[in-house]
Amino acid sequence: MLLSLEPRGQQSRAMLWLSPLLAALLTLASGSLLFALLGHDPLDTLHTLLVAPLADWYGVSELLVKALPILLCALGLAVAYQARIWNIGAEGQLLLGALAGSAMALQLLDWDSRWALLWVVAAGTAAGAAWAGLSAWLRTVFNANEILTSIMLNYIALNLLLFFVHGPLKDPAGFNFPESAMFGDASRLPLLGDDGRLHAGLYLALLTLAAVWVLLHRSFLGFQIKVLGLDRRAAGFVGFREKRLVWFALLLSGALAGLAGVGEVAGPIGQLVPQVSPGYGYAAITVAFLGRLNPLGILAASLLMALLYLGGEHAQMAMNLPQAITQLFQGLMLFFLLACDVLILYRPRLQLNWGRRSALKQVVA
Amino acid sequence: MQNNTRKPLLRALVAALGFSAVLGAAAADPLKVGFVYIGPIGDHGWTYQHEQGRQLVMEKLGAQVETSYVENVPEGADAERVIRNMAKGGFDLIFTTSFGYMNPTLKVAKQFPKVTFEHATGYKQANNLATYLSRSYEGRYVGGFLAARMTKSKKIGYVASFPIPEVIRDINAIQLALDKYNPGSEIKVVWVNSWFDPGKESDAANALIDQGVDVVFQHTDSPAPIQTAERRGVYSVGYASDMAHFGPKAVLTSIVNDWGPHYVKSTQAVLDGNWASQDFWGGLAEDTIQLPISDLVPAAVKTEAQQIIADIKSGKFHPFTGPIKDQSGALKIAAGVVASNTDLASMNYYVENVKAELPK
Repeated sequence: MLLSLEPRGQQSRAMLWLSPLLAALLTLASGSLLFALLGHDPLDTLHTLLVAPLADWYGVSELLVKALPILLCALGLAVAYQARIWNIGAEGQLLLGALAGSAMALQLLDWDSRWALLWVVAAGTAAGAAWAGLSAWLRTVFNANEILTSIMLNYIALNLLLFFVHGPLKDPAGFNFPESAMFGDASRLPLLGDDGRLHAGLYLALLTLAAVWVLLHRSFLGFQIKVLGLDRRAAGFVGFREKRLVWFALLLSGALAGLAGVGEVAGPIGQLVPQVSPGYGYAAITVAFLGRLNPLGILAASLLMALLYLGGEHAQMAMNLPQAITQLFQGLMLFFLLACDVLILYRPRLQLNWGRRSALKQVVA
Repeated sequence: MQNNTRKPLLRALVAALGFSAVLGAAAADPLKVGFVYIGPIGDHGWTYQHEQGRQLVMEKLGAQVETSYVENVPEGADAERVIRNMAKGGFDLIFTTSFGYMNPTLKVAKQFPKVTFEHATGYKQANNLATYLSRSYEGRYVGGFLAARMTKSKKIGYVASFPIPEVIRDINAIQLALDKYNPGSEIKVVWVNSWFDPGKESDAANALIDQGVDVVFQHTDSPAPIQTAERRGVYSVGYASDMAHFGPKAVLTSIVNDWGPHYVKSTQAVLDGNWASQDFWGGLAEDTIQLPISDLVPAAVKTEAQQIIADIKSGKFHPFTGPIKDQSGALKIAAGVVASNTDLASMNYYVENVKAELPK
């Protein structure tokens, strides 16, 4: 017996919709088995992991707060990846955005006007774009591989941030602890509603979502990006300027990552700390592919990713389920989701030996 | 979940009826105690010790309490959510066990005045938010004494995390012990800018040993520096938990943070209704610091060390007794004066004989 995959030749429309469902079923089944083996009631555990975090409006708002930075980074990455420009540096671009935004906010501590926020957000976004611009420059001038340069710039960005938070941007009244002063209210993203931490970054993210969708699906620039991604030579033949597109894709994804970073410090954190991001820039790579580089898919994927984080915490608190187990469950889900996507382009074929043998017999007879 | 949302409501009802004291106990709703951890509970260092403390609370207070924890909580935007979810989820007492949780804890404490919070190593308090930390410098001083007696090269190494007062204080304590028991010895410091990074910690230990250091201290949480010391054949002093088994031929002692007694005491106080906000400093006298001294140390030296420990416990001796000068020679603590908690909490200078330069 042999399971083989045959190329379909074209995308299967049915599988486009069925593969996430199949993945969900497989995850729920194997997750239930895992929890049952550990002696937890499977339904209860799944409820705690996936439903309970969203039991009230507060839970939903926290989900959005967690999803925002991932969504922003992933939207930018999707544009770059459509052009087959592999920006792996969203993490560094995010950190630089947070750093520059904080530096600006600390200059404007006494400002009362809302312009302060505009400056802070602009500084963060520009810094993220500039950081990605380094990769674009290295790629277009020296033909240096952007995967390598953007990864390496992540480490430089992290250490720059550490340098500043331990040095020039450290709170003078903070006993030498590596934290900046709290930002002034004018440079914080305003909260939406009294309960919870959901902030105006939500509007920015929705605006970005719409803009990226229009860019990719309704604009000539988006068309050029896709052509470049599908066939570099063809793009050259019709006169699309590759270098310009590389610059555009990297600057855009860097700017959005920078926006995500400044949104964290000016939003829920309120000051510069060493640990601005628990790896949002890397999670965004998974999310971009999980969303199939489509803005709406990415929205769903980032919400799912955020839910997995929240559910993991919730299960620890409510059931004393070790973090390793919830992470295992998260891994299962991501694995099945990506694995099932194979079925869109490939058809599984089960070759049964006895089937072939009986067919042979018939021929002989 | 349904159960969770119902509890605070029920409790509020009971309180509103004024039966809280009587019924609260009769209903035997266990006190819910939550712990927020920075690392994994299996780090064999900082978080592991807090987890041991939680275990002790469960052991000592049994059915009166129900405890729970969340591990690996990053100090960024996530901390506030975890802490608030605990407060919302009906937890009555919440311990947040890393410095970076200070502002989020304060923020949530303001929103939940009925919930009691305790934050480790911070400096911001409120009516329902206490702080607690360990006088690790007492252990460091005794470790410095052992190093002074055991070193041949007169060079002591320190794998340091961040240049905050706690770490600077501990480096100073070692130098003061060296000055007294082996004058001319010096301490070398390498900053790894992390609390838990076995790779970097091990690199730092190697770099120190390459410079001739023969006793390695650490202010980080993994056993990596000890394993490095064991491999390179030099001594070491562990931190946070008893790390002797990671380097049986290296570890002279470990400065063990034992949070259990404090956790039991605080939880009991909340149960009894007489908890009050405070800035708790636990040292050798409070059993917050334990020093298991290895048999690698000769018996005579061990006796001497036990005497220093006894003197610190009884208050006869304080490692930071003046005159203490900073590196520029300026007098920081006058002769005969014992440093106050405020002096210790804001210590941002190296004492006179530290040769290293403090990162600014």
